[in-house]
Amino acid sequence: MDHRQQVRQFVLKNFLFTDDETALADADSLIGNGIVDSTGILELIGFIEETHGLRIVPEEMVPANFDSIDTISAFLARRLAA
Amino acid sequence: MCGIAGFVGSGVRTEAARPVLETMIHTLHHRGPDGYGFHVADGAGLAHARLSIIDLATGDQPIRNPAGTVWTVFNGEIFNYLELRADLEARGHRFYTQSDTEVIVHLYDRYGDAFVEHLNGQFAIALWDQARRRLVLARDRAGIRPLFYTQARGALWFASEVKALFAALPERRRLDPAGLVQAFSYWAAIDPDTVYADVASLPPGHVLAVEADGRQALTRYWDWTFPDAAETRPARFAGIEQAAAELRERLVDAVRLQLRADVPVGAYLSGGLDSSGIVALIRGFTATPVRTFSVAFDEPEFDESAHQLAMVRHLGTDHTTLRINRRRIGEAFPRLIRHAETPVLRTAAVPLMLLAGAVREAGYRVVLTGEGADEVFGGYDLFKEAKVRRFWARQPDSQLRPKLLGRLYGYLEHSPVGNPAFAASFFGQGREHIDRPVFAHLPRWTTSRRALMFLAPELRAAAGERDPLAFVESRLPAGIARWSPLARDQYVEAKTLLAGYLLSSQGDRVAMAGSIEARFPYLDHTLIEFANRLPPSYKIQGLTEKAILRKALADLLPADIATRTKQPYRAPDSASFFVDGEPLDYVAALFDPDHLRQSGLFDVDAVGRLYAKARAGRASGFADNQAFVGILSTLLLDSPLSQR
Repeated sequence: MDHRQQVRQFVLKNFLFTDDETALADADSLIGNGIVDSTGILELIGFIEETHGLRIVPEEMVPANFDSIDTISAFLARRLAA
Repeated sequence: MCGIAGFVGSGVRTEAARPVLETMIHTLHHRGPDGYGFHVADGAGLAHARLSIIDLATGDQPIRNPAGTVWTVFNGEIFNYLELRADLEARGHRFYTQSDTEVIVHLYDRYGDAFVEHLNGQFAIALWDQARRRLVLARDRAGIRPLFYTQARGALWFASEVKALFAALPERRRLDPAGLVQAFSYWAAIDPDTVYADVASLPPGHVLAVEADGRQALTRYWDWTFPDAAETRPARFAGIEQAAAELRERLVDAVRLQLRADVPVGAYLSGGLDSSGIVALIRGFTATPVRTFSVAFDEPEFDESAHQLAMVRHLGTDHTTLRINRRRIGEAFPRLIRHAETPVLRTAAVPLMLLAGAVREAGYRVVLTGEGADEVFGGYDLFKEAKVRRFWARQPDSQLRPKLLGRLYGYLEHSPVGNPAFAASFFGQGREHIDRPVFAHLPRWTTSRRALMFLAPELRAAAGERDPLAFVESRLPAGIARWSPLARDQYVEAKTLLAGYLLSSQGDRVAMAGSIEARFPYLDHTLIEFANRLPPSYKIQGLTEKAILRKALADLLPADIATRTKQPYRAPDSASFFVDGEPLDYVAALFDPDHLRQSGLFDVDAVGRLYAKARAGRASGFADNQAFVGILSTLLLDSPLSQR
């Protein structure tokens, strides 16, 4: 499973409680659509850190990196390539 | 305190009335364990379960007027009954008991349905006027005492709790999808709606008159009204110090009035400003010996016992602490739902239910509490958060304004969510609704409404699609837009969380579960009226909540209590239902997929995933916890476990 798919599955199962792939588009805003709240974002960051053995620093914790499957994938691609 | 039940209409034969009334009132034994009383007339029946507090010797109900043509049963207290009685006696009325109840029938004889406007108290009243063959139901202003009614079998039936209606009308027990959606959105269905189909809750501050020909008239006699914003500008007032001095006198009066009882009265002590203030007022301004009670938690995250004990030492009260842990909460939860008769989104009412039992065991039947101060004086974080969000919305690009949120929520300072970009994403939502009276409540309801995704699609469809903001707004007074933003927020809070949840599931119902009466001096209606006329800045000064109350109580309290920031009262939620990853037995049975499917209430797969998450200890956020507790309580409501 690639990074995008992994994060997607986590969000679907953990925040939308479903297998239905159509429940979430990769560009959907997770915050704007109420899919994750302020505690949910911490769960999401925790999941990404654990899965990839990353340490995400405070400067990286911005919506531009974590507000959709697309932005998370792009962030991960950058971080994992670095 | 007590329970009442009855009916009016041609549908019940007179000879069948008494057994029907007995069936109903027996379900309310916990509200009135000291005896039952009945009145049966042609076309009407009244029943009463008594908890004796005033006039132990002759206060049995029903009570009649001198002519024997007007009969009443009532639940609650009329605190100003001595003054009312003196006034009525001066006008020639003659009384046959010493009870507060008797003033009701005399006031009705003199003033008709306007009798209720003379009462200062917490009450649910049923009054039968035999001569005119009409029934009058009335409920107190803030909604402290409950009163439900339904139409069935050619009669109108009423009772303090829904279970008494269903005892006479078992076929009527049916959850209402639209009511459930409300409960999952606003923490409770909003009066007159309930979570039961065709069962209404008499809204606070209302009278329902049912005439001989069956016509019904629902009339509002009081409301939380506020002046237009222009009238509460500070320039119109002599200053907060003077207002605080007047508030202090009014608080002393309210506490003295609410200490009236022919049995000893205790008080709850949470460790915060509000309850500490009540206890300090009892200690400083009355001769009542102070007996206090509090809840402490094994889990440090929820425990306030250090503050409670500091206050106990300061005031020298005789104190009982009931120590609670999450296991006890989980085990007692079905009993809570039996009493609350509605889904709840948090477990916090359970410790208060257990505390009521401890109060009763200690020989007390009445406690004063600090409930209501946050609504009356602007104590909740929600009010401050809305103030910051409004301030920020005026300059949405400001980097500094959202930082004020960090002062409100300490955890934000150390959380990634505290950085301005995330804060903007979370707290900046709904900015387009800034001018609507529901603006402050939007974030709370958005979190709660995440639970709706777990409802079965068929149930959602049956509930119909309703705009959740427009729905609340349809119940707001016409002039609300002219009030100050804080006044709007206070009004919405009083009509949703206060009346629907705090005074009910976490108030009357849990106190009565232990057969004790809770009293709320901060909800004295004259005090509410006084506070509603004050400038908003006297309540929230900068970001300091309840500023005027702090000033009014400052000399009575240790400095750290008087200046302490409000701690929301909370208890462990989904963690209460699992021990080392294993669910309590009843929880496992209710969440069994077959049972879930059978109930038809929820989406089985989605609930299964949430259940697994909670079981694994990963349900950490408010939304998950509220959804879990809401689902569990709804399943209980639908199960015999809560109907015994």
